[in-house]
Order: sequence, then structure tokens, then C-alpha cells
Amino acid sequence: MKHVQSEIAHAGVSLADRKGVLGTLMLAPALAYIAALVAVPFFLAIGLSVSDATVGDPAIHHFVGLRNFVRVIHESAFHFGLRNSMIVTFATLILILVLATAESELLARDFRGKRLVQILLILPWAMPVSLAAVGWLWLLDSEFSPVDWLLRTAHLLGPGTLFGPANHLYYYGREWVGIGAIIAINVWRLLPFATIIVLAGRTSIPRDIFEQAEIDGAGFFRTLFHITLPALLPILTVAAMFTALLVFGDMTIAALTTRGGPGYTTQVLPYWAYLKGIEGGALSEGAAIALFLFPVLLVGAILALRFAYRTESA
Amino acid sequence: MVLALRRLIFYVMLALFVVFAVFPVIWMVITVFKRNVDLYNPNNNPFIYNLPPTLGHLEFLFTSTSYPTFLWNSAFIGVIVVIITLLLSVPAAYSLSRLVGRWGERSGIAIFFVYLIPPTLLFIPLYQIVSLLKVANTVWSLILVYPTITVPFCTWLLLGFFKSVPREFEEAALIDGCSRFSAFLRVALPLALPGIATCIVFAFALSLSDYIYAAVFVSSTASRTVSAGVPTSLIRGDIYYWQSLMAAAVIVTIPLAVAYGLLFDRLVKGFQSDPGAGEKSAA
Amino acid sequence: MATLELRGIKKRFGDFYAVDGVDLMIAEGEFLAILGPSGCGKTTLMRMIAGLEPPSAGEVLIGGVPVTHLPPRARNVSMVFQSYALYPHMSVAENIAFPLKARGVPKAERDTKVQWVVGLMGIEGLVKRKPGRLSGGEKQKVALARSLVRDPSLFIFDEPLSSLDAQVRAMARGELRQLHDRTGVTTVYVTHDQLEALGMGDRVAIMNRGQVRQLGTPQELYDDPADTFVAAFLGSPPMNLIERDNRIIGFRPEYLQPRVDGSLAQGALVFKVRIMQLEFLGSEWLIYGVLEDGGGENKLLAKVDQLVASKLRSGESRDFVVERSYLRLFDKTTGLRIAPSAAKLTQ
Repeated sequence: MKHVQSEIAHAGVSLADRKGVLGTLMLAPALAYIAALVAVPFFLAIGLSVSDATVGDPAIHHFVGLRNFVRVIHESAFHFGLRNSMIVTFATLILILVLATAESELLARDFRGKRLVQILLILPWAMPVSLAAVGWLWLLDSEFSPVDWLLRTAHLLGPGTLFGPANHLYYYGREWVGIGAIIAINVWRLLPFATIIVLAGRTSIPRDIFEQAEIDGAGFFRTLFHITLPALLPILTVAAMFTALLVFGDMTIAALTTRGGPGYTTQVLPYWAYLKGIEGGALSEGAAIALFLFPVLLVGAILALRFAYRTESA
Repeated sequence: MVLALRRLIFYVMLALFVVFAVFPVIWMVITVFKRNVDLYNPNNNPFIYNLPPTLGHLEFLFTSTSYPTFLWNSAFIGVIVVIITLLLSVPAAYSLSRLVGRWGERSGIAIFFVYLIPPTLLFIPLYQIVSLLKVANTVWSLILVYPTITVPFCTWLLLGFFKSVPREFEEAALIDGCSRFSAFLRVALPLALPGIATCIVFAFALSLSDYIYAAVFVSSTASRTVSAGVPTSLIRGDIYYWQSLMAAAVIVTIPLAVAYGLLFDRLVKGFQSDPGAGEKSAA
Repeated sequence: MATLELRGIKKRFGDFYAVDGVDLMIAEGEFLAILGPSGCGKTTLMRMIAGLEPPSAGEVLIGGVPVTHLPPRARNVSMVFQSYALYPHMSVAENIAFPLKARGVPKAERDTKVQWVVGLMGIEGLVKRKPGRLSGGEKQKVALARSLVRDPSLFIFDEPLSSLDAQVRAMARGELRQLHDRTGVTTVYVTHDQLEALGMGDRVAIMNRGQVRQLGTPQELYDDPADTFVAAFLGSPPMNLIERDNRIIGFRPEYLQPRVDGSLAQGALVFKVRIMQLEFLGSEWLIYGVLEDGGGENKLLAKVDQLVASKLRSGESRDFVVERSYLRLFDKTTGLRIAPSAAKLTQ
């Protein structure tokens, strides 16, 4: 007994034993960093938007209320920016959700060469955005686009054809074609990302359910619409929300392809915020414009947390 | 019969998706080796080499542009950001998965969400902060800010990973005489090595891919990254050196795509709330 | 070697009490089996003894020393997990040495101890292998070696045989018990398998819904169950339980035999049974029957030998008898055992 007592008394309880304390200590550095470089800037952005700061005088000195917001809302660039941000996001979303679901159906199965296919399919997402933009800039170049060449060869482009008398489609120099191009680039680069998310949900559906459906005689489409899609609804929400955030918040594509033109017709909100705030020097107005991203963020956050809570308790 | 038709449709659909994903990149690669005379002739078939291919543009890229500088800057930034990310994310992810109760375990999606906060929302105040700290226009501004992107992503990834390591090993370690921290160091960490390797790849890739911060915080060519430098500094005025541009883009993309592609399944797992669920399905 | 005492242990998860007031006293060197169906709280109880889970109330004392809030490493307890939890990234030798290394034991001493325990378990040929390349039985031996190497005060086993094949299990049971007898370490053995519990334990604690329903020797639990739960849980097949006279009467199938001509012993109960099915068990036969009086609701089981069974036919009605000394009475509402002297039985 004595032996036991000394053994037990000898070992104490140190800091490294206490779950809660250790947990907090290990979490603290990351939390502090995020607080300092994400939370603080966020509130700074709010502060900026209600001040009169400029690049020349960047301190937040004066509170000017909602003056910046009022000012920016009245500019036509803002109207186009808001309109286009919404159109691009919405269109991209619809296309991606459909395509990602289809692609995840394919990738949920095993086949030869799957590894290679995975590498090829993920390539658009792996490519840095700016480099993808440059690639697409060239792909849809106003003079030398191979897409135009293909269309011309198929007699779909050129005098007297479906796509108009010109020999080129001037993708980045026209309003709606330009918006269409931006949508295309977004769909192209984010499809792998969305597919991975949907695939995560797809492979969580137990195999037995599909086998049962097969035994019950359900064909492909019946299974798809009555079993797969309902089961995928939560993950599709996540995929939709994450994609929307990435599209809505992106300025790179517009900045490097259409440059917002012609005029402001293909402008998007984040790029406009950049032009106003950094290139134009009106920091406070830029911040005000950027804050219009916040509502989307908020909706996204709420959906994300609700989804997380629901799936974990399922 | 129906089975064969199904298979055909399957492979056709797969091929369509692959072509959609890869077509622009193939075009980029073809462009790299095309001679100017061939490329800038609108009557030529763009997909074949009407004149023999050339390495001249590649040479140009590496000898007469700042591309090597960009590569070096990106690599330098990448390595340091990876180190910072690991130091912050690994303990954070472990803590969330084991030490702070159920809310910690479930915070995966919430963490990923922080990753999604658009840089376009934060870049103006961050620009101010970076200027204040006097690191604007240097690589250090990016080294400081990139973990805001990599830490949430990697913490999320590692959280999923730690959750899939059975608790019993750490419990056995506790009973064998380890403190909680010791169990983390000696048992959990070695078992998490694959996850950490994945993190390293993604932290590096994410810091390579950012455009906004790289373009806004750094204006001098000497300190630019590939992502910001290629679209801006390889283009002089309105003359685009397309072949070199495409080479610059593709050279960086291929390794990234291979890395991402090989880690495809791991990424899928990261989005599953129950990491063991993936084995159940696939028709 | 030490005693283990649990006082008023409770564990609450939200509104649910996984363990709802357990008091146990285990003597030095004793082998106590904790038996119960899944969800009864035995695993939670075990984790509180090990220190992996803090109790919501109550105390744990090892060797008389309160350890309730001490971490596992301070309790000098060894545990063998259901899955053995052998560290996959370490070799067998490193696995076994780990507890010593974690406590800062110097290398020379470590090597000696590891060698000793490897010899004890007879696993010399496995030391360089990694756990991934071991069979179930080998893993178990390594897990045992790892838990023996540091001379613990208390052993805890968490269903250690459940991952073994049925054939290997019987053998392993005997080996485990022998190991206990050799080393004399106080052991807590958690299982849902009554064969293991009854076969290996000096005493058995049966748990249900977070409480210990009965604590006693295997014989006591089998012959004198404290309530209907224990009565029905032990024995394969379980005890017959019939409602009669506003009470529950219990008797084990092996004591329900066809009536033999001749006088009836005093106080014996007779049942008119219609035989539904005869099942061959190898050494015996199982008779499935239905009580004739009672509207065919009450099912009965009888275990008889080959000779007796040969005289029975499915579909026929027969008298079956249970002698008085084999009857157990239980309260109809609480299920608790009623002492036989307090009861009066009528036919």
C-alpha cells in the first residue's frame, strides 16, 4: 500500500495535464493572429467607411456618418458594379451547382485512370486566379482567339452567320459578352472546388441506399431526383454559399480581363472598391463600397453555422 | 446492352468535363512554343504548328524578364508562410479536435468560413496596417498577411484530420504516463504527419495564388510575386508577349495541379463531417 | 497491487445519467468482472476509474488514496483497450517500452524490464514488427506486455477478447486468468459477455442503466439473482419468468423437467406445457413450450438431456415440474427478489 501511495503522491497535476487550459493555450496563437489581422481590419473597414480618410491622409480622424455610402451609391459605376456582381454570382452559382452535381456523380464511381482525371479536373482551381485570367484573356483575345477560329471554321462566325457579321467576338470589349465571359471564367475555375464539396456529401450517402433503390427497380434519373438530390441538399447549400462568396468577392478576373469596361458596364463591386480606394486614393469611399460585400458574407456565415450544427448532430 | 450504353455515356460525360477543364490550358501550352509569325496569323489553324515549334519564348521568359525574380520571391514567401502556418494551425487544430469540448470539434465549417472572407473586404484596412508597420512594398507585407488565408484553411484541414485519428492512441498514451501535451507530441503528431504534409502543400499553394494583396501591397517589380508580377510586369504597354506569358502561367500551374490532384481525396474528406463516412459509398 | 474503491460515482451527460450512483470495493489482488449490456454504463465507469473521464459526483480511491481528479498518469493504472491501441508508428519493442520511457526510466532499466515481460508473454519473435503486421492474438499479447511492464497498481481490461475469433477466445480467457493469478494484480474486467464474466471473475458486478444491480460471486449471481434483470441476463438460455399470484416466479430451464411418475416433492410446481419445438444443442436439447393455462401467452424453456428428450414429441401436451428449492420469487412491480420465507405459493 505504501508503495502505491508514494507512486500516486509523486505524480502531480501539471499544466500539461489540464485539458481546458492546454486547449486554450494551443488555440491562442492562431486565434490572436486571426483577431489581429482579420477582425481588426474588419472593424477598421467599418471605421474607414464612416470617416474621410484618403491615401494622402489615411488616419481615421473625422466621423462623417453615412456620407460615403450615399456618395458611392449615386455613381453609375456603383450601379453597374452591384448589378453585375449579382448577375455574375447568380449565374455562376446556377451553372456550377448543376455541373458540380453531375461531375460528382461521375467521380463517385471508380474507373481506370481516376487519379489522372482528378489531376486534370482540379487544374482550373489549382491555377492561381490571376494566371487563369491571363490565360483566358488570351483564349478569348479579340484578334487571335482559337474559339473564334473554331466558330469561323464551323461557319458560325463571320459575315452572314449566326454570331454576327464580324469575324471576331470581342469578348472583353462588350457589355453582355464580357459579363458572359466573366461568368464562364468563374464557372471554369470554381467547378472543381464545388465538385469536391458536393462529392463529400455524395460519398457520405451510404451505399446500401443505392443498392436498395436498384433492387426496388429505380432507374438512373429516378434515383437521382428522389434519393441523391434530397440527400445532397445540405451540402449543396454549403457549396452554393462558398462558391457565392468566392465569386462575389473576386476582383482579379474583372481587373485583368474587361477592366470594367466598356465604360463601367462590366464593373464589379470589389474591383470598383479597389479602383476608388487604392488607385483613386479615396480610402473611405473604397471601404464603403467593399462593405457591400458584408451582407452576402453574413448570410453565408449564418447558413454555414446552421449547416455545421445540423450535420454534426445528425 | 443497356450496360454498355451506360458506360459509353459515362465516359463521354467524363470526357466532356475533362475537355472543359483542360482545353484552355492545352491552348496555353500550345501557344508557348509557337513562333510569332505562325501565332499572329489569323488564317492559320491555331492548334497545330504550322511552323516548327520554338523554345525561344521560354528562353526569353527566363533571361529577359523578371520572371525568375518573381519565382524566387514567391518561393521565399511561400516557405516562411508555411512555417508560420504550421506553428499556428497544428496546435489550434489539435486543440479544437480534442481539448475544448464538442463545440471545438464541430467548428470545422465555421473555420473554413473565415478562409472565405473576401480579401477585397479587408485589403484596404490591411493596406493601412501594412503601411503603418512600414513593410509596405516588401515581401514581408505578404508574409505577414498570407496566414490570414492559410491558417483558416489549414486549421480546417487538420481538424478533419485529427478527428479521424482514433482517440484511443492518445488515451493509451495518457494511461502509459504521458501528460496531455506529451500525448499530443509523441502520439497524435506522428500519426498526423500525412495531414501535415497536405497542409504544407496547400499553405504554399495558397500563398502562391493570391493576387489582391500581392498587387496592392507591393508595387516595385523586384519584390513582386508570380501571381501579381506576371499579369502586370510581363506586359509592356499594349504589347503582350503572349507566348512568354502563357509559359509563365503554365510553369507554375502544372506542379500545383499535380499536387492538388494527388490530394484530391483528402480534400473531399475534409468536407465530410464524419471522416469515416467516405468509405461507405460510391455506387 | 492495491485496492480500488468507488464511492457514490455518478456521471452525467446533459440530462442523462450514464452512471447513477455506484459504490464498489475491490480487494487487493481481486479479479472483478463488470458485466452488462451495451449502454449500461460499464464503459463510462471504467473510464472514470482510469482517469479518462472525470466523475460528476463521487470519489475514486486507489490503495486508499483519493485519485478522483488526478490524470491517468498519476494513478499507476494499466489498461488494455478493446482495440489494443498499439501505437501504429512504433515497433512492438518501442510500444512495450513506451510507458517506461514516458516516466523517464533510464535505458538500461527499460531494456531489462522489456526483456523480462517479452519473455513472460513469449513474444520474442515479434519485437521488431509494427502493429500493422500482427494477428489479433499477437496484438493482445503485446498489449498485455505493455501493460505489465511497469508494475501497475491496477489493471483495467476493456472487452479485450471481443476482437478475437470465437475459437481463440476460450483459450485466451484461460491464459488471461492464469496471468492474473501469476502476477496477482488487482484487475477490473469490463465485458458484455457473461461467459467471460462468470468464468473469470472472483466476483462479478452486473450493471444496468448506470447502476450496479448485484455484486457477488458468479455462483451467487447465477443461483440467487437480486432482481429480474440479473435473472434474465445470466444463463443461456435465460431464466423462465412467469407471472402468477401477482408475483413473478423464476426458474432456470435446466430445472424444468418433464414430470416423472411417482409422488411429487412437497412444494414443487407443476405446469401443463404444450411442446412447440425441440432444438438440438449438442450435449442437450432445448424444449420450447407454451403454458396451456394462461391463454397460450406464457412461453417456457426447458433444458433436458438426450434420454429425456427422446421421449418428447413436438405438439404434445405434457406436465413439467420444478422443485421448490429452484424457485425464485420476484416482486411484480419492482422486479426485486422476494425472500422465499416471506412467500406462500399456491398452485
